[in-house]
Amino acid sequence: MEHLVRRRYWWFTFSILVILPGLYMLFLHPLVTTGRFTIGLRPSIDFAGGALWELRFPETAPERLSTDRIAAAFAAAGFENALVQLSPTQIDGKAVAAALVRTRPLSESDPNTEIDAVMKALSTEFGNVSRERLESVGPTVSAESTRSAIIAVLGASLIILLYLTWAFRKAPHPVRYGVCAIIAMLHDVLVVLGIAAILGATIGLEVDALFLTALLTTLSFSVHDTIVVFDRIRENLLNRHPAETFDDIVNHSLVQTLPRSINTQLTTFFTLTALLLFGGDTIRNFVLMLLIGLISGTYSSIFNAAQLLVVWEHREWRHWFKRGRRDETAPAM
Amino acid sequence: MQNRNLLSLLLIISATGLALAVNFAPNNIFLGRDVSIRLGLDLQGGIQVLLRSADPDATADEIATAARVIEQRVNALGVGETVVQQAGNNRIIVELPGVANPEQAIETLRGTGRLEFIDSQGQYLAEGTIVRTSSSPNPPQLAESDTVTDVTSLGPIYQSITDGADLDTSAVQPTFSQGGALGSRPAVSFAFRGESARRLASFTAANVGRPMCIVLDNVVVSCPVINAALTDGSGIIEVSTEADRNRIFNQLKYGALPVPLVIETSRTVTATLGRESVAASITAGVVGLAVVAAFMILFYRGPGVVATVALIIYTIISFAIYRLIPITLTLPGIAGFILSIGLAVDANVLIFARLREEYRRGRDIRSALELGFVESWPAIRDSSVSTLITSIVLFMFGNSFGVSLIKGFALTLGLGIVISLFTAVVVSRTFLRLLLPLFSDERAWWFGVDRRSATPTAQAVS
Repeated sequence: MEHLVRRRYWWFTFSILVILPGLYMLFLHPLVTTGRFTIGLRPSIDFAGGALWELRFPETAPERLSTDRIAAAFAAAGFENALVQLSPTQIDGKAVAAALVRTRPLSESDPNTEIDAVMKALSTEFGNVSRERLESVGPTVSAESTRSAIIAVLGASLIILLYLTWAFRKAPHPVRYGVCAIIAMLHDVLVVLGIAAILGATIGLEVDALFLTALLTTLSFSVHDTIVVFDRIRENLLNRHPAETFDDIVNHSLVQTLPRSINTQLTTFFTLTALLLFGGDTIRNFVLMLLIGLISGTYSSIFNAAQLLVVWEHREWRHWFKRGRRDETAPAM
Repeated sequence: MQNRNLLSLLLIISATGLALAVNFAPNNIFLGRDVSIRLGLDLQGGIQVLLRSADPDATADEIATAARVIEQRVNALGVGETVVQQAGNNRIIVELPGVANPEQAIETLRGTGRLEFIDSQGQYLAEGTIVRTSSSPNPPQLAESDTVTDVTSLGPIYQSITDGADLDTSAVQPTFSQGGALGSRPAVSFAFRGESARRLASFTAANVGRPMCIVLDNVVVSCPVINAALTDGSGIIEVSTEADRNRIFNQLKYGALPVPLVIETSRTVTATLGRESVAASITAGVVGLAVVAAFMILFYRGPGVVATVALIIYTIISFAIYRLIPITLTLPGIAGFILSIGLAVDANVLIFARLREEYRRGRDIRSALELGFVESWPAIRDSSVSTLITSIVLFMFGNSFGVSLIKGFALTLGLGIVISLFTAVVVSRTFLRLLLPLFSDERAWWFGVDRRSATPTAQAVS
């Protein structure tokens, strides 16, 4: 337990190891595979526009349903290049064939004719088909959503930074606390975005309005955890024994807050896991992202934010290049 | 001290009692107020659309008028808890929960409702044909469907006899046609005033025995034969089904929309899917609550029981507030609530961890408890404020483009923070203080504290 602070570069290395693959998928992978510079996230219809159909095929056996057949029916009704994903579901203990289909947005002036055409094409092919959900987002709306999403993330970060600086105004070097909390927050954003990019490339996870909500909630959880740790450091600094070094105080504060961090982590972990297992398909990705953000947020508050305070106290960056440590670039993250 | 505790206890009991009264109010009526739980479109099924003016030059006034007309048409549908709201300068949000055929309902609502009589040059035009008229030569239905630039290929432009603006909406009534070859059929009566009435009179007088087509929003409704001149500008529109009659009546009764509207965004969910989501959320909520309660009791024993009671009170009060405000529960909204269970416990965890720590330092239980509350307060306050900031930002972000999903999450999360401050701090403190007389060193185990362990974290890691 007394080694929490001494091993700080181990913790930084672990963070880097988690973040690097995500960074690759976010920025380099699209460049390598397509040759164009884009962000490696799959935008949902909320941000890219388009329509999403959730269909059930009660008269078709799940194994007889194929993405090609569904896509062909959509093409016959005027929706070329439909992206089909099978998602068989259980209703009253019986497996029912179901699919999620993503297409271009519906016509703005006469959507019903298009819907009817699709449903007709599907029912000639599969018999009775029920349309459980249909969302269509036009291009103007999705562009506006993307803009307000970026504003929301930046705005929330800025307000939290201001609040942190204010909350720690009485501690020595209040700006350090704010900056270290923001670095820990950025760490969590990169972890969540990176994992979203990896999952986007592997299982087709899409970034939608709910993903953004999860990201913003992660920000607040991350700061929430960091505040609890910093609060203890501030308190212990004010009641400092003459013999204690800054490292001792940070380490001591971490050990003191550890039970709380772990217990809070666990209770939230339990509720989110319950949601993940029982909460239904619609919010599964949302809850998964919240869970990842939560774990990352607790990790970064203990193993990044507080450790960075120690690095800053000693101005350790002066030694990184002289000594040639293995993890020399770590704190630059 | 004792008096203050009793006062707090009284406050807690009355708040909980009031919340229970709201939650279990007979027929969901509490003091004359409807306190039933409002479910969002994703939980009860329904449609949400974002309508935009097809004409980019539409003024804010025209949009406001359009929103008013649509609201009257929505009210005439008789479905509960609808929303018609102007969003920004050129958009209208419409939400219809629990409608059987939501897309059809929206089509009726956004129909411009411009009734015209056209001179069809003696032809009978088929019902449902899209025609160009002199007062509306470029109907949106034709404008989008193809990329043809040659406008003449879209068909002839028929001369309009009447102008929709002259329709006397007070004369629009559902009715039945009298006899005729097809017997009694559903119909809508109408009347024109002013110039349109005069033109209709002279046209019908000159063309007895010939057909004249009735066109609604550039779609042919019917082409009846003129039996006699319509001298007073009034008449009836015959249709074949009552559904058609209701649709036309609804569109004409509240006047025409000043601008044609297109559907920019639409979200439909069936009631089946909504019911499945509700069941899933309830399971998740109950399991989450039970696991958290079990964990707290196993780990903190006595205080854990207090925290569980506080959590149950938290749940009761939360739902009472959802019903009173009222807050429309959506799927992410429920996720926000379940998440806030974890946060509500967090304050208790902070307090109890502190209590254990102070007790191990050798303080007596009473001062350890008071110190636990005092010392953990700054951390509880600061972390609550940062989560509150995020929920406010999320709420404003959700508001800016009408995504009720995000708003729902932000609302329940933000409210959860505020309510949990009351339950986690006031409720837990009062109960723990009241339990204090039961404490003795032999019973320390029941209070989840002990002095034996030298390292305060030995248990926490287990």
